[in-house]
Amino acid sequence: MTRIGVFVCSCGLNIARTVDIEEVVRAMGDYPGVVHAINYKYMCSDPGQSTIKDAIRDENLDGVVVASCSPALHEVTFRRTCESAGLNPYMCEIANIREQCSWVHNDREKATQKAGETIATVVEKVRFNEALVPISVPVTRRALVIGAGISGIQAALSIANSGHEVTLLEREPSIGGHLAGLAETYVTHDCSPCLLSSRIVEVKRHPRIETLTCSEIEDLKGYVGNFTAKIKTKASLVDPVRCDGCGLCVEKCPVAVAPQTERTPGKTKAIWIPSPQVVPAEAVIDRDICTHFQDGCDLCKKVCPRDAIDFDQGDRSMEKEVGAVVVATGFGLYPKEKIGEYGHGKYRDVIDGLEFERLLSVWERQGREIRRPSDGKVPREVVFIQCAGSRDPEHGMPYCSKVCCMYTAKHARMYKQAVPDGQAYVFYIDVRAGGKGYEEYVNESTKDEGTLYLRGKVARVFEDNGKIMVWGVDTLLGKKIEIAADLVVLATAMVPSEGAKDLAMRLKISSDQYGFFSEIHPKMRPVESPTSGVYLAGCAQAPRDIPETVAHASAAASKVAALFSRDKLSHEPIVVNVDEDICTGCAICVEACPYGAREIDEWKRIASVREVLCQGCGACAAACPNGATGQKNFTASQVLSMIDVAI
Amino acid sequence: MIDESAKSLLATIREKSGQDILACYHCQKCVVGCPVAEFMDVPPNAIHRLIQYGRKDEILKSATIWLCAACETCGTRCPNDIDIARVMDALKQIAVKEGVKGKERDVAVMHGLFMSGIRKRGRMHEVSLIRDLKLRTGGFFKDIRLGIKMFRLGKLSLSAECVKNVKDIKQMFDRAKAIE
Repeated sequence: MTRIGVFVCSCGLNIARTVDIEEVVRAMGDYPGVVHAINYKYMCSDPGQSTIKDAIRDENLDGVVVASCSPALHEVTFRRTCESAGLNPYMCEIANIREQCSWVHNDREKATQKAGETIATVVEKVRFNEALVPISVPVTRRALVIGAGISGIQAALSIANSGHEVTLLEREPSIGGHLAGLAETYVTHDCSPCLLSSRIVEVKRHPRIETLTCSEIEDLKGYVGNFTAKIKTKASLVDPVRCDGCGLCVEKCPVAVAPQTERTPGKTKAIWIPSPQVVPAEAVIDRDICTHFQDGCDLCKKVCPRDAIDFDQGDRSMEKEVGAVVVATGFGLYPKEKIGEYGHGKYRDVIDGLEFERLLSVWERQGREIRRPSDGKVPREVVFIQCAGSRDPEHGMPYCSKVCCMYTAKHARMYKQAVPDGQAYVFYIDVRAGGKGYEEYVNESTKDEGTLYLRGKVARVFEDNGKIMVWGVDTLLGKKIEIAADLVVLATAMVPSEGAKDLAMRLKISSDQYGFFSEIHPKMRPVESPTSGVYLAGCAQAPRDIPETVAHASAAASKVAALFSRDKLSHEPIVVNVDEDICTGCAICVEACPYGAREIDEWKRIASVREVLCQGCGACAAACPNGATGQKNFTASQVLSMIDVAI
Repeated sequence: MIDESAKSLLATIREKSGQDILACYHCQKCVVGCPVAEFMDVPPNAIHRLIQYGRKDEILKSATIWLCAACETCGTRCPNDIDIARVMDALKQIAVKEGVKGKERDVAVMHGLFMSGIRKRGRMHEVSLIRDLKLRTGGFFKDIRLGIKMFRLGKLSLSAECVKNVKDIKQMFDRAKAIE
């Protein structure tokens, strides 16, 4: 005997405006198997939920259909309601009559008919639903944080401070990311190495953080709470235990690198120590430029007092069991060569924001005035060009990089402080200074430092007689502007860090059209990737500045901490099963499964299911040629009877 | 682009007007509120920008500085508290001092005659002012209808009045000159 209750929600007027609710309720009341049909203004409200609970008890219901909004919004709500009234939650299903009906139709009569049919199909499904119990899985309380810039560092520290083990992965030889290469930060002009070093020292000393540099993740297997990460560590050719960072090797190394073309702070030779406050404070060798492998040069090895150089060191691979992953891979800059009209990459005095940070940094300047790259002259007139690539659909980046307005204001102010008789010009489209104290900061730049903000885009940049000529326009005056500048700084667009697309594939997470990793919900779930147990932090998800990055990373860490606070995790029981009598072991399901949940049982010679890995997508069930694979609560007979009603 | 002469122009304007025109963010609220902006060749906010560029000639020859009626609507409304009428005043002073001959010269003549009338009598005498202005700028019959109307209403007196102590007025003018 089936006793199904149908609960139709008006959703204020969202549904009732297009669907005749009374008519639907009347029709469903007469439907075979339905013993109770009722409507309410807001079914998700407390009184609405009470209606469901009361009906389950009074009418002794064994199935519930809630006709309302998308299951993405309230499926969990209503299943919990049923559970609290003693009904198995998997006996409750949602019929979506809002997003898939009332919102997309105008014809009231037809929409009412469609709503009735939609509910009827779900009644058919519930009729054959099985009471299911969630699958219980253990949780490994160790997090893997990929990327050790400020977001990764913040996430790692927050997770470790809540009592869990962390493996912090960084592909560069040192941790700190882009922040390590900045001179100062807006709005307070803190010295960024100082800001960072307090965090780095904390990471270094933390007993629960294991830092792996020169390391990348090769593969991630498993599921929330139970991942296995395959990590590859590139040889630095220096023994980290023996090296004390004395720097003798750097002095002797004959292979010099032009310092300002290289973004890695401190990289001047083939062997180098990444920066003065670096962690780990040890030298690394760039295998690609070191001549040892061509001519056998071993000057560094000879001079090292602690015998730390090890040319035979090989790459290492290891596997780590982790319960959660935080992706904090940061950003890159739009390649300079792609903005031809600005001469980036062609003229040495046209540089990007990060390169200008290096010119400004105290460490680089050593107390001197700032110098331009080409001839070392002090630049008297500097032009800053904002939105170099950003907000430019032609370059494929219609989005705003969000931080450039502010760092350009900072650059202009720092430049003026370093060269008091100099003049800074900023070409902009809009100045976007939303943030605590940001607008005031930009206004101070025009008032106190006399930075001239010119509203308009630059059309052309070219070299003429040692000057960088900038052709632009002042749209406020409608006048063409020509500036003979000594240095041009481009606020190039922020793009996802190199290899982000590849990483998305390896982690099985999705990214948007530009390559930034996607969150589940832009407002309500901004740090969760669609793959359960994989979280996003910082610029890997979207361009943002340091305060926002730190907040975002802390949020991701709190999600990890919440996950680790549970003894057992529960996994959705809507998974596939195999009819062992029919399965022939053809293994088509194994290929069809994107989650590695299907495998062939070597003994039985038929397919089996690793339930904890199964996400219930149904790909294997659809692919199975003889119907041996079925999906719980989505059986072939259920789906067929739903279709029967619909047509 | 911004050279030494531009910097010195900016400094002069700042000193003479006491206004920080660098605070202007070109919202053009001043332009919208101005009763004479539609007759101006350069909008008031653009004057700020031209000062920054150092385009002194362009500014001093513009009609804008002379058309400004100093009603102060712009200054009252400016979100950055710039008293634009004072900036215009400073520019007028420079133009007079340097003898720049730009647009709307009649206004400058009118200003000069007005001040010399005050200096002479301590009060304005409309008929003398009209006479001197017409002699200097021509167009004797241009506003004749308005003149007749005003005369009938008793707004134009033929005899010129003086304040009691004309000497004091002259002293005030001398002091002002000395300060300048």
